Amino acid sequence: MHLLEPKDLSISQTAEVLSLARDIIQNPSQYTEKAKGKLLATLFYEPSTRTRLSFESAMLRLGGNVLGFSDSSSSSVSKGETLQDTIRTVGSYVDIIALRHPKEGAPKLASKYSPVPIINAGDGGHHHPSQTITDLLTISELKGGLENLKIAFCGDLKFGRTVHSLTEALGGYAGNFFYFVSPEELKIPEYIRDMLPENSYAEVRDLQEILPDVDVLYMTRVQKERFVSEDEYMRLKDSYILDNAKMLKAKTDMIVMHPLPRVNEIAAEVDNDARAVYFRQVKFGMYARMALISTLLGLK
Amino acid sequence: MLNVDKIKDGIVIDHITPGCGYRIFQELELAKLSYNVALLLNVSSQSSGTKDLIKIANVRNLDMTRLGLIDPNLTINIIENEKIKEKLKLAIPEKVLGIMTCKNPRCISNNSDIGKIEFTLMDKDKKLYKCEYCDALTSY
Repeated sequence: MHLLEPKDLSISQTAEVLSLARDIIQNPSQYTEKAKGKLLATLFYEPSTRTRLSFESAMLRLGGNVLGFSDSSSSSVSKGETLQDTIRTVGSYVDIIALRHPKEGAPKLASKYSPVPIINAGDGGHHHPSQTITDLLTISELKGGLENLKIAFCGDLKFGRTVHSLTEALGGYAGNFFYFVSPEELKIPEYIRDMLPENSYAEVRDLQEILPDVDVLYMTRVQKERFVSEDEYMRLKDSYILDNAKMLKAKTDMIVMHPLPRVNEIAAEVDNDARAVYFRQVKFGMYARMALISTLLGLK
Repeated sequence: MLNVDKIKDGIVIDHITPGCGYRIFQELELAKLSYNVALLLNVSSQSSGTKDLIKIANVRNLDMTRLGLIDPNLTINIIENEKIKEKLKLAIPEKVLGIMTCKNPRCISNNSDIGKIEFTLMDKDKKLYKCEYCDALTSY
């Protein structure tokens, strides 16, 4: 079994992974030797320190070992080796591979040649399923479940793959309502909206309008260069920066998430607010990856 | 009025949407055949007013998938001893293997030699197909 996109896990399989992650959080000592003797390869064809270290720490905490490369210049790719050949070779050494690649669909190609499970650790603007599991674990742990929530996605909703995958995943749970807060140029793609039930979402321009109604605020970065109109950018740029003044309008039990790294879309002053959970989200990411590795390796 | 003789054995591609005949002629590389081939454009048609038509002598095998992609409205008549032995109606194919290329420049298929790519039909009217690797939609 491979994990190439969030849909590779059914809702019940996702629930099992989340349940396992919860058990790991509660009983970490029972998992320290689960993957003893197993090897994870982290093949990162583009740098991503956070995701790579998350996978590596997950495997090490399960008692396994890791090897790999952190950018393609330090691998045989620089000699012209194809992805297929690299996967066949590395697949002979290890038990599971986490693959990050700038080209969309590279993990699918790798899965056709790999004798061991492939986890897509991000392929361009396409999929990043372990981030989706991380986000689902964070929400379910901190909000007590994945149903009947009002979730606001704010920022670049057009190019943000984490937003697309999480929207699709949460759309499968009952009673959720989505606010898509973005400038016109960065609206959520139509095909993502179309996956949601009717009357289960609203598109808005201004974050402050809807903030009092939100249970989960998922922030992403808006880059100035994405705007077509300078005027529009000037008018809206502050709307997409979360600060303490805006947090005053939010519910006392709202949570603020972010896939990180952030630039300036969340002011540093918000970090001290108990509702800012993006660094806890990072830790949940490690547990989510421990659960994913265990599941894909079939560890009992 | 042009007259083209009946063929004894071979294939007649009939009811081609006007304008598609030359493209089909090119796609099938019919100019390379050493048999008789007739390409007729804007022929009168009782059902649709005008149509294009191709007659190919002594050939029985054609890549139907490719034809269905270009013009799903056409019909193929297999001719044997000057009689229609079989009449095939084409439909736009649900899956296409090895004919199309992905239009997403960030797709792995455009950056690596990976062999034939499978595309799945997503929108019949617009002939939009989804790439098996990157999920991007490409029209034929």
